[in-house]
Amino acid sequence: MSDDMREAGLEAGAVAEAVPQVPALQAPLLFLSVLLIASCGLIYELVAGTLASYLLGDSVLQFSTVIGVYLSAMGLGSWLSRYVQKGLAHRFVHIELAVALLGGLSAPVLFLAFAKTQAFRPVLYTLVGGIGTLVGLEIPLLMRILRQQVAFKDLVAGVLTLDYIGALFASLLFPLFLMPRLGLVRTSLVFGLVNALVGLWSTKLLRPLLGGVFLLRVKCLVVIALLAAGVAGAGRFTLLAEEEIFQDEIVFSKTSAYQRIVLTHGRGSFQLFLNGSLQFSSADEYRYHEALVHPAFAALEAKGLKAKRVLVCGGGDGLAVREILKHPGVQEVVLVDLDPAMTEMATKQPLLAELNRHALQDGRVKVLNMDAMVALGDMAPSLRFDIAIVDFPDPHSYSVGKLYTTRFYRLLKEHLNPEGFASVQSTSPLMARRSFWCIAATMEAAGFAVRPYNLAVPSFGVWGFSLASPAPFAVPARTLPDLRHLTDETMQSMFAFPKDMDRVPSEVNRLDNQVLVHLYSTEWKRWS
Amino acid sequence: MKRRAFLEASAAAAATGSVACRRRRRGLPFDGELIGPNMELGHAMRDLQLPSASTFEPVDVVIIGAGIAGLSAAWRLAGQGFKNFVVLELEEVAGGTARAGRNHVGAFPWGAHYIPAPSRDNPALVRLFQECGLLESNLPGAEPVVKEQFLVRAPEERIFAYGQWWEGLYLRAGASVDDEVQHARFFEEVNRLASWRDARGRRAFAIPRAKCSDDPEMQSLDRQTFMEWLQRRKFTSQRLYWMLDYSCRDDYGSTLETTSAWAGLFYYCARKQLRKDGDAKAALLEDSHPLVAWPEGNGFMVEHLGKACEGRLRTGHAVTTIRRPTEGVLHVHAFDVKTKAAVGFQARKVIFAGPLHVANHVIPSLWEARPEGLNDFIHSPWLVANLTLRQRPDEPGFPLAWDNVLRDSPSLGYVVASHQAMKDHGPAVFTYYYPFPDADVRASRAQLMAMDWKACAQLVVDDLKKAHPDIERCIARLDVMRWGHAMVRPKPGFCWGVALQQAREPVHGIHFAHTDLSGLALFEEAQDHGLRAAEEVLASLGYAAASWR
Ligand SMILES: Cc1cc2nc3c(=O)[nH]c(=O)nc-3n(C[C@H](O)[C@H](O)[C@H](O)COP(=O)(O)OP(=O)(O)OC[C@H]3O[C@@H](n4cnc5c(N)ncnc54)[C@H](O)[C@@H]3O)c2cc1C
Repeated sequence: MSDDMREAGLEAGAVAEAVPQVPALQAPLLFLSVLLIASCGLIYELVAGTLASYLLGDSVLQFSTVIGVYLSAMGLGSWLSRYVQKGLAHRFVHIELAVALLGGLSAPVLFLAFAKTQAFRPVLYTLVGGIGTLVGLEIPLLMRILRQQVAFKDLVAGVLTLDYIGALFASLLFPLFLMPRLGLVRTSLVFGLVNALVGLWSTKLLRPLLGGVFLLRVKCLVVIALLAAGVAGAGRFTLLAEEEIFQDEIVFSKTSAYQRIVLTHGRGSFQLFLNGSLQFSSADEYRYHEALVHPAFAALEAKGLKAKRVLVCGGGDGLAVREILKHPGVQEVVLVDLDPAMTEMATKQPLLAELNRHALQDGRVKVLNMDAMVALGDMAPSLRFDIAIVDFPDPHSYSVGKLYTTRFYRLLKEHLNPEGFASVQSTSPLMARRSFWCIAATMEAAGFAVRPYNLAVPSFGVWGFSLASPAPFAVPARTLPDLRHLTDETMQSMFAFPKDMDRVPSEVNRLDNQVLVHLYSTEWKRWS
Repeated sequence: MKRRAFLEASAAAAATGSVACRRRRRGLPFDGELIGPNMELGHAMRDLQLPSASTFEPVDVVIIGAGIAGLSAAWRLAGQGFKNFVVLELEEVAGGTARAGRNHVGAFPWGAHYIPAPSRDNPALVRLFQECGLLESNLPGAEPVVKEQFLVRAPEERIFAYGQWWEGLYLRAGASVDDEVQHARFFEEVNRLASWRDARGRRAFAIPRAKCSDDPEMQSLDRQTFMEWLQRRKFTSQRLYWMLDYSCRDDYGSTLETTSAWAGLFYYCARKQLRKDGDAKAALLEDSHPLVAWPEGNGFMVEHLGKACEGRLRTGHAVTTIRRPTEGVLHVHAFDVKTKAAVGFQARKVIFAGPLHVANHVIPSLWEARPEGLNDFIHSPWLVANLTLRQRPDEPGFPLAWDNVLRDSPSLGYVVASHQAMKDHGPAVFTYYYPFPDADVRASRAQLMAMDWKACAQLVVDDLKKAHPDIERCIARLDVMRWGHAMVRPKPGFCWGVALQQAREPVHGIHFAHTDLSGLALFEEAQDHGLRAAEEVLASLGYAAASWR
C-alpha cells in the first residue's frame, strides 16, 4: 500500500503521467466492479481450497497452503502493478479476461489434472498463484484509473469498503448457496463469466481511456462464449470428472452430516470411498476383514473360552460383523458407528448388503449411531464384552485421533472382560511406521498386552492391526476352517514383522496431546 | 478476502463497521434471554428498602454467599464434623461466578470454566481433587497426576487472524525474528521469576497467593503497571503486547495499562511446574500446569462442594444486614426472595463470603472499622453469553479447539463447552466472554447494564461473524449474563496494599472469605479464603483443627 500511496502522491501533478486526463468516468459504476471482482477473487480461492481438501483430504493443510499461496501471489501482483506504466485501462480489461479464464476454468482443470495426470499439486499451486497474481494486479490498477476522478481518501475508503463487502458477500454465498446448489465446477465457471462480463462492461465504462474497443470486445465475447458453453456442459462434466477420479461408475453417493459416501462399481468389483479415500474394495476386503476379526476369536479360544458378546467400533459397512457372525457361539453384537447414513446404507444398498450378507439385519446385532468415545463413556459399567473389534478411519484429524488415545483404550479395557481380546485397525506399518507403533505403545500405556500383526491387502498395501488383551497372551495358532485368506499357518505368520516395519520407540498418544494426528499427517504426506 | 498486503487497517475497520451497522437494524433469527444476577434485589438491598427480621433462628455459624469461597468454608466445617451452620445465598442457584447452566445440548459455565492442575504445594486443592475422583495418582513427594479425561483435550487453543484459524494462542504466522526473540526473552524472565526464592525459601509467585514471598523486591512489581514493566525491559513487540494484554483481559478483565505488573506476571509465573523445588534448570524445561476443565466449567466443583452443605444451603436468601445486639451475638437479617419475608438468624460467628462491595452495604459497623479501605476495591464488568448451536459453523484453517480466540476483537472469543464432553459433531454450546477492561469501571458498568438482550446478542453475533460469517444460521439460542461486578481488579498498588491486608481481618466475629481478598479472581484464591475463614472460626469456637491449607 505504502508504495502505491507514495507513488500516487508523487505523481499527482507529474507531467509524465501515463493516464491522460479524461473527464467524467462513471466512478460509482466502477466501484461496483470492485465489488464484483472482489467476490470473484475470494470464490476462486475457496473453490481451490475446497477442491483440494475434497480430493486430497486433510483440509487444514489444503486450506492453509492454498490461502498462503494465494495471498503471497496477490502481494506479488500488487507489487508488479508498479511496472504497468501505460495503457492502464487496456491492461485492466485484459487482466479481467485472464482472471475469467484462469479462475473460471480452475475447477474443471483441477478435476482433470487429478484424474488424468500425476501433477495435481503443481497444477493446483500454479493456478492458485496465477489467479492470485492477477487478482493482486486488479485493484491497484483500478485505483490508479479512478484516482483522477475521486479524492484519494474517498477512493481508498470506497475501494476498500467494497472490496471487503465483496469478500463478505462471497464468503456467505459460497457455503450457503453456491456449493450446495451449483457445485464446484459450475461455481467457478459462473464466476469466470462474471469476471469476463466485468471486462466487457469496462470497455464501456472506461471508453474514454481506451482507443479502439472493437478488438477488445471481440476478445471479451469469445471468453464469455467459452465459459457459457462450459456452464451448459458442466453437469455432464462433473459426473465425468468424479468418475475419472473414482475410475469406475458411481452407483451410490451421499453427503451425510459427517462425510461424503461414494460407492463405485466396475470390472467385477466395487469400492467404498469416504471423503474420497478408499475404505475397501470388494475384490480383497475379505483379506482385511478376516485379519481384523478372526485372530481375536482365535486367541480367546486358545484360552478355552467362547465369545458371546462382541463390540464393534466403527465398521458401519457391516463387513466385520459378517465375519463375527461366522462364529456360532456369538449371542450379541453391538455396533457403534457415528454415521447413521453409513449403517443405513450397509443395510439397504443391495450391493453392500449382499457383500456383508445382511449382517446388520441379523437379530443378534444392535446398531448404535454415536461417537464411540461418548458411547463407551455412557455405557453401564457392568456391560462387558468378550471381544472388541475397533475399525476406525486412520487418525487424520483430532476428532478421529481421540479414538486412538490412552483414554479411549482405558474405556475399552473397562468394557472388556479381563480375559477378553480387542483388535484394532492400526494403519500401515510400512507407510506410517511410527504411527503404527505409536498405537501399540498407547495401548500398552493403557494397560493392554499388545501383539501387533500385518498382512498385504492389495488395495491398501501392507496393513497392520493390534491384537490386545488385559492379560498376557500367546500368538493364536488355530482359526476357523473355511476362510478365504486365513489358515492356521498364515495367521501365525502375520505376527512377524520384517525389518523395515519393525518396532520403533514412540510417544504415547493422549487426549491432551494428540501426538498421533501430527505424526500420521507427516508420515502420509510422504506418500501422497 | 484480506488484501492486507496492501490495504490500510483503518479503512478495513471502517468497511466492516458499515456492514455491521446495516445488519443491526434487522431482527435476530433466534431466541434467548438475559439471565441474572439478581440486580433488582441487589439495588433494593443497597437502598435499604427491604424489611428486617424480628425473630432469629439460632445457629452457630452463618455463611453468607454460596460461591466457591462460601462453599469451601462449608466444606471445611463439614470436614471437621461441624454441622451447626447455614449457608445463605441470594441467587436461586449456588455457585456465584462459578455457576453453571444446562440445556438439551449439555452443560455450560456462566463464568469460571477451568482450574490449572493442582501442585502438591497446594494441599487443599489436591485434597479436593482427590475427593472428586479426579486424580490418577497422588504419591508422596511427587506431583499429583490428573486423569486424562479431565485435562483439556487437544486441540486446546487457536486464534483467528488474517482470515483464518491458527493453532495456539501466540500468533506465529507473520511474526518477525525480533518478535520471536522478544517472546523467548519474556519467557526467560518468567522462568527466572518462577524459580526465584526468598531467604525463607518462599516462591515469588505461588498459588494460593498467601504462600507468596513478601520480599520488597517482588512487592515493588505491584507498584507499576504491566506495561511500564515491559517498557522498562525494552519489550516492544506488538505481538507480545497483544498476548500479554489478552492474558490480563482473560484473567482479570483489565489491560496492560490497568493491571499491576505483579498480577500480570502472576498469571505466567505461578503456574510454572518445577520438577524439583528450586531446580532452576528444570524450570526451563517444564511447562505450565495443564488445565483441567469440565463442560459445566467450575460448576463441577460447585456441585461437589455443595454436597458438604447437605440441606443447610438456603438459596434465594439475600442477606440484608448483620448487626451485633450484644457482644458475642450476631443477628443476620435476610430476605427470602420466594416468600418475600424477612428471615433472621442468631449466630456466634459469621463468614461473609460475598463480594466486598456487598459487605459495604450489609455490615454497617464495617464503615466505622475501616472508613476508607473498602472503596479501594474495584470490579471489572463482564458479559458472558452461551450460544446453543444446532450445528457447528463451517470454517477454514485449524479446526475447532477448546478455547477459540479472535485477534481483532475486544472479546476473548469463546470456549466450546461441549469439547470436554468429547463431542466433535452436531449441536454444541459456545461460551463467549467479553470483558470491559476500561479504567472507568463505573461508566463501563452503566454501559453494560443499559444493554438489553438484543443489544447484547447483536454484539456477540457481530463479533463472531468476523470468524464465522454463517454463525447466525447455526444459533438456536443465545443467552446472556451481565456481570456488573465480575472480577476484582488488580490495579497497581492493590495486591500488596494495606486496604487488602486490612480487609482480611475479622470484625466483631465476622470473618471474611472471598476471592476479592486476594486481589485476583481465581478458584484457588476463593478456596483458600474459604478454608482460612472456616479454620479461624473453628479455632475461635475452640475446635482443635489441623489446617488443610
Ligand atoms: C466471567 C468469569 C470467568 C471466570 N473464569 C474463571 C476461571 O476460568 N477460573 C478461575 O479460577 N476463576 C475464574 N473466575 C473467577 C471466579 O470469580 C473465582 O474462581 C471464584 O469462583 C470466586 O468465588 P467466590 O466465592 O470468591 O465469589 P463469588 O463467585 O462472587 O461468590 C459470591 C456469592 O455470594 C453471593 N452473595 C452476594 N451478596 C449476597 C448477599 N447479600 N446475600 C447472600 N448471598 C450473597 C453471590 O450471589 C455469590 O453466589 C471467573 C470469573 C468470571 C466472572
